[in-house]
Amino acid sequence: MEKPLTQNMRPGEEPLNLKAYEEAGGYEAVRRALHDLTPGEVTEMVKQSNLRGRGGAGFPTGMKWSFVPMGEDAPRPKYIIANADEMEPGTFKDRLLLEGDPHQMVESMIVSGYALQAEVGYIFLRWAYRTAARRLRRAIEEAYDAGYLGQDVLGSGFNFDLYLHTGAGRYMCGEETGLLNSLEGQRAIPRAKPPYPQTSGLWGKPTIVNNVETLYCVPHIINNGPEWFRDLSHTDDGGTKIYGVSGKVNNPGAWELPMGTTLREIIEEHAGGMRDGLTFRGALPGGASTDFLVTEHLDVRLDFSAVQEAGSRLGTGTVIVLDDQTCPVGMVGNLERFFAQESCGWCTPCREGLPWTARILQALEDGRGQHRDLEILEMHTRFLGPGRTFCALAPGAMEPLQSALKYFRDDFERHIEEGGCPYHNGGH
Amino acid sequence: MATIHVDGKSYEVDGDKNLLDVCLGLGLDLPYFCWHPALGSVGACRQCAVKQFRDEDDAEGQIVMACMTPAADGTRIAIEDEEAVDFRASVIEWLMVNHPHDCPICDEGGECHLQDMTVMTGHVYRRYRFNKRTYRNQYLGPFINHEMNRCIQCYRCVRFYRDYAGGRDLDVFGAHDHVYFGRHEDGVLQNEFSGNLVEVCPTGVFTDKTLKQHYTRKWDLQTAPSICTHCGLGCNTIPGERYGGLRRIRNRYHREINGYFLCDRGRYGYEFVNDERRIRRPLLRREEGSDLETVSAEEATGRLGEWLAGGGVVGIGSPRASLEANFALRALVGPERFHAGFTAAEAELVETTLTILQQRPAPPASLQDVREADAVLVLGEDVTNTAPMLALALRQAVRNEPMSIPEQLDIPGWHDAAVRDAVQDEKGALFVASASATKLDDIARDTYRAAPDDLARLAFAVAHLLDGAAPAVSGLDDETAALAETMADALRRAERPMIVCGTSSGSQALLQAAANVARALDAQTLDQEEQPAGLCLVFPEANSVGLGLMGGATLAEAQTALEEGGAQTLIILENDLFRRAEAAFVEDLLAAAERVVVLDHLENGTTASADLVLPAATFAEGDGTLVNNEGRAQRFYQIFVPEDGDIQESWRWLRDGMIAAGQETAWGWNALDDVNEALASALPAFEPVLAVAPPAGFRIAGQKIPRQPHRYSGRTAMRAQHSVHEPKPPDDPDTPLSFSMEGFKGRPPGTLAGRYWAPGWNSVQALNRFQEEIAGPLRGGDGGQRLIAPAGDASGDYFEEIPEAFAARTGELLAVPLYHIFGSEALSVLTPGVAELAPDPYAALGMAAAATLEVQEGDEVALNIGGVTFSLPVRITPSLPAGVAGIPCGLPEMPYAALPAWIAPAGDEKGAEEAS
Repeated sequence: MEKPLTQNMRPGEEPLNLKAYEEAGGYEAVRRALHDLTPGEVTEMVKQSNLRGRGGAGFPTGMKWSFVPMGEDAPRPKYIIANADEMEPGTFKDRLLLEGDPHQMVESMIVSGYALQAEVGYIFLRWAYRTAARRLRRAIEEAYDAGYLGQDVLGSGFNFDLYLHTGAGRYMCGEETGLLNSLEGQRAIPRAKPPYPQTSGLWGKPTIVNNVETLYCVPHIINNGPEWFRDLSHTDDGGTKIYGVSGKVNNPGAWELPMGTTLREIIEEHAGGMRDGLTFRGALPGGASTDFLVTEHLDVRLDFSAVQEAGSRLGTGTVIVLDDQTCPVGMVGNLERFFAQESCGWCTPCREGLPWTARILQALEDGRGQHRDLEILEMHTRFLGPGRTFCALAPGAMEPLQSALKYFRDDFERHIEEGGCPYHNGGH
Repeated sequence: MATIHVDGKSYEVDGDKNLLDVCLGLGLDLPYFCWHPALGSVGACRQCAVKQFRDEDDAEGQIVMACMTPAADGTRIAIEDEEAVDFRASVIEWLMVNHPHDCPICDEGGECHLQDMTVMTGHVYRRYRFNKRTYRNQYLGPFINHEMNRCIQCYRCVRFYRDYAGGRDLDVFGAHDHVYFGRHEDGVLQNEFSGNLVEVCPTGVFTDKTLKQHYTRKWDLQTAPSICTHCGLGCNTIPGERYGGLRRIRNRYHREINGYFLCDRGRYGYEFVNDERRIRRPLLRREEGSDLETVSAEEATGRLGEWLAGGGVVGIGSPRASLEANFALRALVGPERFHAGFTAAEAELVETTLTILQQRPAPPASLQDVREADAVLVLGEDVTNTAPMLALALRQAVRNEPMSIPEQLDIPGWHDAAVRDAVQDEKGALFVASASATKLDDIARDTYRAAPDDLARLAFAVAHLLDGAAPAVSGLDDETAALAETMADALRRAERPMIVCGTSSGSQALLQAAANVARALDAQTLDQEEQPAGLCLVFPEANSVGLGLMGGATLAEAQTALEEGGAQTLIILENDLFRRAEAAFVEDLLAAAERVVVLDHLENGTTASADLVLPAATFAEGDGTLVNNEGRAQRFYQIFVPEDGDIQESWRWLRDGMIAAGQETAWGWNALDDVNEALASALPAFEPVLAVAPPAGFRIAGQKIPRQPHRYSGRTAMRAQHSVHEPKPPDDPDTPLSFSMEGFKGRPPGTLAGRYWAPGWNSVQALNRFQEEIAGPLRGGDGGQRLIAPAGDASGDYFEEIPEAFAARTGELLAVPLYHIFGSEALSVLTPGVAELAPDPYAALGMAAAATLEVQEGDEVALNIGGVTFSLPVRITPSLPAGVAGIPCGLPEMPYAALPAWIAPAGDEKGAEEAS
């Protein structure tokens, strides 16, 4: 099984330096793209590869790139940004990639930047990823010294500067327009779309924001071709996918597997199954802002379309497992508290609605629940949905809540009827 | 135009607008918070949600925000859709989660947009059962009260303050449900337009602190349309009164002038009306050397009549008094003996300015013209301090040229957030040429610091570059010549170039140079269909233009008339001469008259020297007409009849005196309309004044328009402790307005509207219902009549007299006047809050001058200005050019100095020569 994204990684060791990375075939994609391919050809290959964004939304990457104005008349400068502000609860895949193989990030940025004819790249890194920051800084420095970055990269005439920017720790910065505002030194509030960043992004210029894992795929598509990339997958969505599992399993972690691996295989084979005495009850397939999947969904292939059909989203592909002795109300309450805390405060439903849901869920746990609470929670799942709020934060926050109300309604009712959390003396 | 379908009905609307804008314009009730007609859409509050349908067959539809959705042709929406209705009620429910429900003790209560919207959405019952958040409030200065717990996070305050008005010291802090709007620490808000926060805020976070000191609900305020008297721009205002005291000023919309906003001087400068120093009864000095004593109106009028009958009367008018008051004085003393109350230098400046404007092929530029300009050259005028709202207009002008960026991206202009993201820091061309740094420098493409003559030379050079027929300037240094090229290029390329200048720098040459630039720009576009260039000239006072058009001799000539003409009585109208000329000169002038009669509002140096003082109505106690800097005559309406004393309009005092003296002219002057008819027939230039306002006999449905709202609930209780019998309301012979709540209950024409109210709309947002379209003209037209008509084909010639380059002198400095929004204007500075913010007198010196004089910041320096020694603390002002100093104008503690003037350290005999 090919594992292009993680092939260079050696757990517990420092990542490859420039020389070792080059020896492992690194920066070949840069040479190939800059010397043999036009920017349009690079974009076309990415399109053909069926690569879809790994940040959660699953938008086709090549199509996103094709919205960027190209040619002489295009506004300048253009920007490519790696969204490395990984703050989705339960998600740690980008951290793995950045810490494990930072040169791949640099190479991805150069190739992608070339495709867009961007002059400048930014890696917007979550502040807490200090190891990744250190390793990326060194990689960027090495790449500058080797002529992969800066003026006239490898004599191709292409100029590309790359900067590492560490955020200040807001979930909103993972939303691409919130990220842009933050990078500009503004408050991390979302921007209205349209206009999309592809035409009016960072400092009003054409900008592409891609997730780290998405970008890591690009050099391999260039090196091996789109067909090879498509074939890595079990399904129509191309490539491999870093799947992760957290929760009470025997072997929590992250693995690069073919796109479309089933939930059962991931949990039972790679994560080693549930811990002794615990039964699988449900899982958030792609981070905290996705709907629960339950036992009946264990054989769903985790790709963008199949998960959607099952009523959830692939999201980041990092699964949070709920077992039968953990309180789903407490779990969702914990998540809503996080989302309420991370609301930027821009739009009313999210700013005021999320804390209300978090307080109700806490009240349920504390034995202060009221029958009307479920009605209010349900009202929020409808009115904090897409289109009601300014950005996707609150709709995402409602996904675990709405599905928990659907699959675990009894638990909610028991909290009210029994005057507290029935799990309190149990599994957590 | 586009056809849209709202709840099954079709409407023709402007497709370039958003749905919220057009729905409100159609008179539909759709609640909103974060949108503001002057600030555009950002989609934050989610209150204006409606259901949008793809086509006729789409039964499901989707929720969209009306403010973020274009009113494109064929758009189908439902405001009444059940889900949309529920969602809008939920938004209010969320906002109410933390709102304190303190309406009964909140200053906003009764005119609160949040109250209105809450009622409109039907949210009634509280379901949230947890605690509310609590914030700490801040001290924000003498004008604005801060109560953050009421905040609903609509973000309008920071969008106005920062994005629209260029303020820096109010911001949003924190995140999630703990967002905070305030300063980084307690302190006076630094922006000159901060008072607008009280109208921009949809609830009671930012409220009027001056109102709080004598609080009255909106429905208990007697109001009428008024005009601001604190500079020459003529912004429209709504003052409110109760129990004989003025309680506050609010904005009155005028699309061409102030739009939705006022400056803080205009909003907060009103309290002089209530001041203890008001003259409320006539004062008479029975014999020379005795004190002034209070006398009855009859005695005062009788005495005035006697003196007038004796002949030999000289009058001095005032640029801060109404046309009617000035004309009455002119009629009383005769045109030859009427003096405008200007010094010779002021008169010459006003005359030059008027001549320039009268020769223009276009009317003088309005503030709306400035807001629409795409390249601006400001010459010598520190507009933030001399005509503040012009500065706010210029902040909007620099946004015009870069609007091509969002246009190319198909971002509609109303989509404020996206527009600003796309435009970033791009700004249109604004050049500020002035003697020292100004508060507009932050948005200027380039600035130029020089003495007035050098500013003029730069502008003459720009004019020559634009049109070779304009005189050339010789001897410019390379840097200045290059700057002139840059300016000329930007102005040439602009579609709507604008030149801003004024009288405040005291330079004829500068005004002439400004005129040349405008004329040269016209020459560029002569053969094309384009508009002539805009020329916006600033005058110092509320009626400078009116008085300038009326004409009249100078103060010096008044003295000659008194000395040579055997005149015995000098009448001074609403004019403290000690603010206008050196004390020695004024004392001589007053001494030359046997008797001095002064009409004014408050005690001052001039009233102290008078033999008879007559209590003159301010703008709040009388009606009248003022002519602003664009030559627009506008009517201000009396707000209230003072119960205490004998205050009346100056023209009425003068009329009474004339009648007492047996002069026939005044016998028919029973009302304001009579005075204006006499004015128009005596001076045909003022004929348009007759159309400024409907005559006193105007009625709607046979009724007068009430100054009191229909909910003037306190009416029957107001005097109940004295008598349960309601007194008869005072008559108003001058206007179609009544001092009563009786009268026409509907919506009067915009210019007669003394408040904005519509069913369900108790806040200032009710203004939407008074406009032809949102942000358009008022229904019935915007107010005022222009007295300066376009000259048709450009007449006149280029000014040819170019001053010599400024040469710094050894041992002397050229002192130029410096102005302060708070402090430099005669009446507003008598208001406590304004006085608190006014600077103490000072002398501004550049680094070199300070070094030469061996002084540092704060040191006292003795300066000889016009023969008078001033001892002033030094304020180091690095932006002043070499050889130039700055002296503040009009500050209360600061004696008058004729500026610009050459000054020298006291003891050095070289000073004392007035600069030309």
